[in-house]
Amino acid sequence: MSSLLSLAIWIPILGALVVFSAGNDKKLARWAALAVAIAGFLVTLPLYFNFDVTQAGMQFVEQRPWIPRFNIEYFLGVDGISMLFILLNSFITIIVIIAAWEVIQDKVAQYMGAFLIMSGLMNGIFSSLDAVLFYVFFEASLIPMYIIIGIWGGPSRVYAAFKFFLYTLLGSLLMLIALIWLFLQSGGSFNLLEWHQLRIDLAPQILLFLAFLVAFAVKVPMWPVHTWLPDAHVEAPTGGSVVLAAIMLKLGAYGFLRFSLPIAPDASQYLAPMMITLSLIAVIYIGFVALVQADMKKLIAYSSISHMGFVTLGFFIFNPLGVEGALVQMISHGFISAAMFLCVGVMYDRMHSRQIADYGGVVNTMPKFAGFMVLFAMANAGLPATSGFVGEFMVILGAVKYNFWIGFLAATTLILGAAYTLWMVKRVIFGAVANSHVAELTDINSREFLFLALLAFCVLAMGLYPYPFTDVMHASVDNLLKHVAVSKL
Amino acid sequence: MKTLYLLVPLAPLFGAIIAGLFGKAIGRAGAHIVTILGVTVSLIASLIIFKDVMAGNHFNGDLYVWLESGGLKFAIGFLIDPLTAVMMLVVTFVSLMVHIYTIGYMAHDEENWPADSLARTNSYQRFFSYISLFTFSMLMLVMSNNFVQLFFGWEAVGLVSYLLIGFWSTRPTAIYANLKAFLVNRVGDFGFLLGIGLVAAYAGSLDYATVFGKAKELATMTEATTGWPLITAICIGLFIGAMGKSAQFPLHVWLPDSMEGPTPISALIHAATMVTAGIFMVSRMSPLFELSDTALSFIIVIGAITTLFMALIAIVQTDIKRVVAYSTLSQLGYMTMALGASAYSVAIFHLMTHAFFKAVLFLGAGSVIIAMHHEQDMRKMGGLRKYLPITYATVLIGAIANAGLPPFAGFFSKDSIIMAVQASQIPGAGFAYVCALAAVFIGGLYSFRLVFFAFHGKERFRDAGHDAHHGHDDHGHHAVHEPHESPKVVTVPLILLSIPAIASGWLIGSFLYGNWFGNAIYIDTVAHPAMAQLKEAFTGVFGMMAHGVVTLPFWLALAGAATAWFLYIKRPDLPAVIRAKMALPVKILENKYGLDQFNEWFFAGGARGVGHGLWKAGDQTIIDGVMVNGSARLVGWFASVVRLIQSGHIYQYAFSMIIGVFVLLTLWMNRA
Repeated sequence: MSSLLSLAIWIPILGALVVFSAGNDKKLARWAALAVAIAGFLVTLPLYFNFDVTQAGMQFVEQRPWIPRFNIEYFLGVDGISMLFILLNSFITIIVIIAAWEVIQDKVAQYMGAFLIMSGLMNGIFSSLDAVLFYVFFEASLIPMYIIIGIWGGPSRVYAAFKFFLYTLLGSLLMLIALIWLFLQSGGSFNLLEWHQLRIDLAPQILLFLAFLVAFAVKVPMWPVHTWLPDAHVEAPTGGSVVLAAIMLKLGAYGFLRFSLPIAPDASQYLAPMMITLSLIAVIYIGFVALVQADMKKLIAYSSISHMGFVTLGFFIFNPLGVEGALVQMISHGFISAAMFLCVGVMYDRMHSRQIADYGGVVNTMPKFAGFMVLFAMANAGLPATSGFVGEFMVILGAVKYNFWIGFLAATTLILGAAYTLWMVKRVIFGAVANSHVAELTDINSREFLFLALLAFCVLAMGLYPYPFTDVMHASVDNLLKHVAVSKL
Repeated sequence: MKTLYLLVPLAPLFGAIIAGLFGKAIGRAGAHIVTILGVTVSLIASLIIFKDVMAGNHFNGDLYVWLESGGLKFAIGFLIDPLTAVMMLVVTFVSLMVHIYTIGYMAHDEENWPADSLARTNSYQRFFSYISLFTFSMLMLVMSNNFVQLFFGWEAVGLVSYLLIGFWSTRPTAIYANLKAFLVNRVGDFGFLLGIGLVAAYAGSLDYATVFGKAKELATMTEATTGWPLITAICIGLFIGAMGKSAQFPLHVWLPDSMEGPTPISALIHAATMVTAGIFMVSRMSPLFELSDTALSFIIVIGAITTLFMALIAIVQTDIKRVVAYSTLSQLGYMTMALGASAYSVAIFHLMTHAFFKAVLFLGAGSVIIAMHHEQDMRKMGGLRKYLPITYATVLIGAIANAGLPPFAGFFSKDSIIMAVQASQIPGAGFAYVCALAAVFIGGLYSFRLVFFAFHGKERFRDAGHDAHHGHDDHGHHAVHEPHESPKVVTVPLILLSIPAIASGWLIGSFLYGNWFGNAIYIDTVAHPAMAQLKEAFTGVFGMMAHGVVTLPFWLALAGAATAWFLYIKRPDLPAVIRAKMALPVKILENKYGLDQFNEWFFAGGARGVGHGLWKAGDQTIIDGVMVNGSARLVGWFASVVRLIQSGHIYQYAFSMIIGVFVLLTLWMNRA
């Protein structure tokens, strides 16, 4: 029995303890945090390299009793759907630590520790196969994020932190009820894999689906429960935004694949038109809203919502192109949104403004940075040879196959995505030097170069050769789709 | 041979990467040497491949599997056949000329930047990197054996075009133009991608050979959701992509503005190669387009509109580059008409001759611009032939070819298009024929207007209106800066390009009628007999010229040229009179039919309006205001409570909460 998943969860969480003990020694805290993050990432690598791509079921399984009285288990495992997210999460943690290096001067150990804890919890979410374990990780992950926004955030951080906390907490209460109902229905099991086999009537399936929907839709976030995200991003420190966009948003989408679709397949099919409609609204409506944002972080936040619309769209057209495209989109968005928020962070650290109007002509003072920013903007606009293209392309192909008009509406992102991203680039990066503050900007240092280059590498590698990413998904996705196609009534 | 195929795109890519990432280290000379070397290697390899293809050796194979999903395999690979081989030669040859020319054109590029801009330090190297990257992208596009890589190349050339139009990024007009170019192209790509999506959905593959093999089958299907004939939906979708890239009405609006970019790229990207990608694509897809008469009709009508109405605008332009730009639009219209008439090989033929003579015109215009110290307004030129003899001669060659007069290259290709359109039975061909004839007259007029206006007549640059800034007067004894001929790195490419601008038309016999393209181009000769009729009537190069001078197009072109002579040499006072008398038509043309204003108001303004509306009314008023209102108040209450615990050792809260949850759950639930 492998214990890789436990290591992936507990190395960062326990490592955070070490980092906390650094106290006021900032240097020690930083290096300790980096060491923990790297160790945490290294233990996830065998998950990919030792992954059996032919197997649809769970791998690297760990199963021990936890609370025998309620048949609750410490039950971990990954399949082709969840495995990549553990790598992504552990990788992004390293980036976040490097990005915070000199930027965070206040309570360094706590900041670093909070991110490490969150990283471990998130790995827990992606690998839990016991519903209670999942729920604990799912809810616990709110705490560090809440604290990160509340302590290191902007002027309205308290409002934003609570909006974030309440939105997501209230959302998941219904999920708790659903979990308890399933526990009773299954004759006393919290084993997700057993739940997948439960036979449930359509009406309770629909109720279950809706209960999960509330929890997951808030996280994704789907229209119309998305308004917490722009506020949270605006107030969060850069690292908070990065983790929020790159990883936390994926939790909701992941929940659909792990809970809603396999447990309530008939309801999923039945409610698919609604889900597709909401997804398309996210793509188009939010695309227009992103266009008129004056604050760069808000713009990228709205862009995230729009891109996540592609994810939920891909899930609910129930073909392999759609689901795998959605998963690819999730990973790609992890890289690109992280990079975009880091870019804004780089500028914010120098100018203390996120307003587009305060910028202009940044390329004249920060040419290296401008090169990265244009690359990531192009990736955000879905340019081929970047990772941003792959997922969108797959979902659009899947959608056209499913229904031409859905594909048609989804493809409008080609125009909208380019419009809001590149218009921002035009106003921020290009043009003559807009004011004396821009004139005094200094280009990125080697630390900033490092994390932007790492992400640029990921974005290009995934764009040029996405095969290794989808290769691990096929078996599990095919299995899921077969499962969903069979009625459980 | 496969290694050689790989070398063709990779050599320029290598140059681009070196010049782009290590530009500072290798310096200016290093940058142009490494990129020129890359393109030279590419050209030589293309020549060898061309010879090999002529010997009958074709190739179709994959390099690597890019992605596999849902039973679809997407690969990166090459298809090398005569159509590809021609494109490879055109692209690498023009690109090499442009690379060399750029050494001269960009020599003083630092003058184009504000003194304190850091973007100016490596701008020379960056420019070379971009044009080599463009060459790579364009080669990947034409060498592709599948739709995915085609789309890759398609978007990659669009990216480089974006970067190069906005190259002088401190100029507001440049960065407006490049955003506009990208977005208008994206509108085209929208259709293109849907077309590709339909192919994938119904043919179950994106590999050319497989899809073309199923073309007949696709032609019998209807699209399930819409009920449209499938093949027509596919072809129109793909063609909308071509309309964006090849700047066909009404998606042509980006191309004139793209003149904001440095002139070498106007020649390479916005005249000779990238804008012809749409023409190439439709020719490549001839097995599909041949099966939809509706799509072909649509194409011929769009092409006809573009040909005539863009030519008209060229007459009133005074910016020398914009005249050439509108002329390019009109010529692209001709190519599109040829596609609609199922004369794909003729379209490619014109694509090739046009690449040469239009590159000459653009680079010649660039040479004039260098001599005039970045003055592009022809009203401030005149009489330049004395000072720029080589530029004058080459521009004259370009203009004659552009006007379509024998024995220059443009005659053969343009006349063939007109004949094909005349012979075509497709609905809309009659309209196209009329447009084509009218455009021939106008083409003669605007081509020679450019020559006469800029190179003949009064030396208007001596007028007070011309401000002789940069005034480093080499001769020292003139008050006004004397224009002088450009350096050899500029004139030699001009001369080298002039040769095919004259002579490439003579290849017509083998190119169009010698079964040269083999099965690279498919024509349904029963339904679309135009090409077959042309072949029937063809009597060789001299026969065609002899026949040409007794047909209408020749006399129309000549009449256009004569009109230009009359208006700009014989009676230079007349244009102002005509302008005054025909104020309204002139105004319409100067405003380019008001399309820019309409787009700016309706699409750009409309999108912002919708965005604001949804944001304010949807997000803020309804969702946050009504739906979240209750919880917002709750938030306020919570906030007041928790503010108390905000400072201090927060990690304790975080950590103890998580550990606490685990421990409590474990203890409490196990207590029994």
